[in-house]
Amino acid sequence: MSAVTEGATGTQSGPIGRRMKRKEDPRLITGRGNYVDDISLPGMLHMALVRSDVAHARITSIDKSAAEGMEGVHAVITGEDLDVGAPLPMVWIPPGVEVKTPEHWPLARGEVNHVGDPVAAVVGSDKYGVIDAAAQIVVQYEELPAVIDPEKALEDGSPLVHDDLGTNKTHEWALGGGDMDAAMAEADVVVERRIVNHRTAGAAIEPRGCIAEWRGESVTLWTATQIPHLVRLFLAGELGVSEEKIRVIAPEVGGGFGSKLNHYAEEVLACYLSRKLGRPVKWLETRSENLAATTHGRDLIVYCKMGVKRDGTITGLHAKIVADLGAYYQLLTPFIPCFAAFVMSGCYKIPAVQTDIVGVFTNKFATDAVRGAGRPEATHAIEVMIEQAAAELGMDPLELRRKNFIPKEDFPAEVAVGVVYDSGDYHGTLDKLLEHVNLDEFRREQAELREHGVYRGIGFSTYVEICGLAPSRVVGPSGVGIQGGFWESAVVRVHPSGAATVYTGSSPHGQGHETGFAQIVAERLGIEPENVEVMHGDTDTGPFGMGTYGSRTLSVGGEAAGRAAVKVQEKAKKLAAHLLEAAPEDIELADGKYQVRGSPDKGLALADISLAAYVPENIPEGMEPGLEETSFYDPENFVWPFGAHAAIVDVDIDTGKVEVARYVAVDDCGRAINPLLIEGQVHGGIAHAIGQALFEQVVYNDEGQLITGTFVDYALPTAAELPSFETDRTETPSPVNDLGVKGVGEAGTIAATPTMVNAVVDALRPLGVSYMDMPLTPMRVWQAIQEARGAGSGPRATEQGRQTDEHGSGSAGSGPAAPAEGGES
Amino acid sequence: MAESVRVNVTVNGESRSSEVEPRLLLVHYLRDTLGLTGTHIGCDTSNCGACTVLMDGESVKSCTVLAVQADGAKVQTIEGMAPAGNGALHPIQEAFWEHHGLQCGYCTPGMIMAAADLLKRNPNPTEEEVRHGLEGNLCRCTGYHNIVKAVMAAAESMRSGEGVPA
Repeated sequence: MSAVTEGATGTQSGPIGRRMKRKEDPRLITGRGNYVDDISLPGMLHMALVRSDVAHARITSIDKSAAEGMEGVHAVITGEDLDVGAPLPMVWIPPGVEVKTPEHWPLARGEVNHVGDPVAAVVGSDKYGVIDAAAQIVVQYEELPAVIDPEKALEDGSPLVHDDLGTNKTHEWALGGGDMDAAMAEADVVVERRIVNHRTAGAAIEPRGCIAEWRGESVTLWTATQIPHLVRLFLAGELGVSEEKIRVIAPEVGGGFGSKLNHYAEEVLACYLSRKLGRPVKWLETRSENLAATTHGRDLIVYCKMGVKRDGTITGLHAKIVADLGAYYQLLTPFIPCFAAFVMSGCYKIPAVQTDIVGVFTNKFATDAVRGAGRPEATHAIEVMIEQAAAELGMDPLELRRKNFIPKEDFPAEVAVGVVYDSGDYHGTLDKLLEHVNLDEFRREQAELREHGVYRGIGFSTYVEICGLAPSRVVGPSGVGIQGGFWESAVVRVHPSGAATVYTGSSPHGQGHETGFAQIVAERLGIEPENVEVMHGDTDTGPFGMGTYGSRTLSVGGEAAGRAAVKVQEKAKKLAAHLLEAAPEDIELADGKYQVRGSPDKGLALADISLAAYVPENIPEGMEPGLEETSFYDPENFVWPFGAHAAIVDVDIDTGKVEVARYVAVDDCGRAINPLLIEGQVHGGIAHAIGQALFEQVVYNDEGQLITGTFVDYALPTAAELPSFETDRTETPSPVNDLGVKGVGEAGTIAATPTMVNAVVDALRPLGVSYMDMPLTPMRVWQAIQEARGAGSGPRATEQGRQTDEHGSGSAGSGPAAPAEGGES
Repeated sequence: MAESVRVNVTVNGESRSSEVEPRLLLVHYLRDTLGLTGTHIGCDTSNCGACTVLMDGESVKSCTVLAVQADGAKVQTIEGMAPAGNGALHPIQEAFWEHHGLQCGYCTPGMIMAAADLLKRNPNPTEEEVRHGLEGNLCRCTGYHNIVKAVMAAAESMRSGEGVPA
């Protein structure tokens, strides 16, 4: 690892590493937050949208006359009325790969392609009144056949989502390395499974919303987003307005989970209508709109093939992925499944690893990033396959993992897919996990309970995560093909009094930047975090920044803040040397004092130095006044957090209900800046993944109607369905950045779905259940038990036993993987 | 639009009187008419609980109550939980801060109000009782772990009389 900068040694006395309570909280716990919906402007109008209630149709007429005549209605517009300079952006253009890209306009032009597709916008003076008016708009449709099943969509003769594109296949993309044919030939056993990673919703508790206010030539947009600077850039093209005349503010943002890492139609519409009407325009999403028209995630069918030798050596892993992308693209839609490929090696030294992806249009809303974005899907596939393979070999799944782990001494380690993992100790996290879970005792208890008809199971997963997006040269246009840079920015401004303000391009929505960044900068400057304010989410006050997503905040944005602070520290040392009449190289920062090395009695506090910098009567010749520095940081590599998780579940075999008895997580996200925040991120990630594993699913029926359009049907886990989590950490610093940090925002989400599936399968193996797809709802679990019992009674070995899957419940056998019907209801 | 009607509501100890549309939801009355934006809206179906307030001492989801139904009632919102001005916090607020019981903060006001009702009915709950007591409130950030911890800690400090606001 790289040396840590002076003043940031992570000693317990410094701010770094402290379990500091959050600086954000006093306003939030007293109801004084400032979310988009809390903002009200003089003369503000409200916008409501008319959305398609059919999945695929030509629009034959729109009668807006009744709505236009209603009291308080100021405007009604349709796709034909909307004059903007560019369609909504999709920013992935992979070199050498054609991605079929339909134009995606904020309001439908002639055709609707999913339930929830916006058809008309109504603006009026009353928030209830615009909903009344929207209900008076009559849209006539000529319905077209809906394309719902992604595998059927690829068959010849399937109806097309976009006639003009001539196919439902969006693109093919592959990443891999090693000789797969040789790897499979060398294997004693080849295990194949069809693993469905179903469609889910980000479901931030704050829905989306925005307010646009046009004044003269300039517009301000308040929007619930993770990427304010990028939204501004896109709006410039769409509105035909120079970028500096647009101000985008992400105020308090009530959760994102990837669903606000986007630029949406409503942001364009609010700006457009504010300009047209000369009044501020506010739009707030209802939850039904959120589930229909805020990006979904996952929705992959993974045909996975793992070759293993009898001794447990994994020879190869091949994943063929069919990705249901929906009807249009949002910002990164076709790229997200490809992100899975970068971690398809998992924690293992596998000579051949290959991922082949086919994207498919269907008449559903777009998928895009949801917490983890590709990495949970990859990890789910790998870690389920590991336990499937272990069962086939009759080997302990932990032993199989250990045998194939990349050993600690191999780091930095290049894996078959061609990426280099920065640092890791996979044996270490697993060993630590087993300090919390006594496996021998569990197996004894499990056997006893089974004799009493209680089915308890344990599941594991070990994961490695690619995060900290950056580096630009790898992720950007000539590399992976995302049309942008992936650095992060920070300005550290020390005020005359010695207090500091940090401006970050990173844009939080619950992570605790104001606390974590304050700790980093305070340590670097030799002041207390209480005196460091962190500003974010405003394109007018901070530097251009890339935003918050992909567990990049700390390792890219936090590092940028740390580096800007180091530059300030260096200037402060020069000035201190001048004031103390010493050589700059003799100045050290210790215990909050800039002092001549070893002479604490004559030290200066930052306040003394900053005052001298702002009242520059006595500064070195050639030194500029003031104390402020900027850093734009673009890392040399990604960072690679990792960990080991275990779940213990009880399955009621009469009802199929799964209860989580224990969930234990050991994660390693490098050096800890604030353990309190890390634990919070891990808890939330685990809960999100248990939600996907047991309850949550976005369901469209065969006609493309959204069945899960409210929180009544889209089942988020509540407190009553989850246990308290047991968490622990190891610390393996990253050599990539000076802080030694990695990311942790997605870790729980990445690790926990395979842990859960493996645990439920472990519980039910004696009944003959060898595999199940998520979500493990009582109905699905019960069906799997019935099918297994029907297929043969009594305990069944895991040899080439093959189960049929008539109900699409996803219990797949180990024979050649074949598409099952109706896997996605 | 139906004729407006007058409602008289005592909100956080203050008498308020307004002409409202009969269909106006209590949550919009609090947020838009009275400007008390601490009470949030997260769904259309009374599932998420972000809008939870106390009405005559009992928790209600204010998106499912009409303002006219609150006529004559005493309503307490998150803004009324701590005495204004002196920086003091209610023990539940204090515990949410201490135990990192919030991340994005959007569900937090509703969660705190639901916890207040729970602890009034059951001052000494088990963890399971807290979990069941809060199942009408959704959080996507915390996995509930630290919320449960905070409510248990608040219960303890309220039982011992520590930090109860004057």
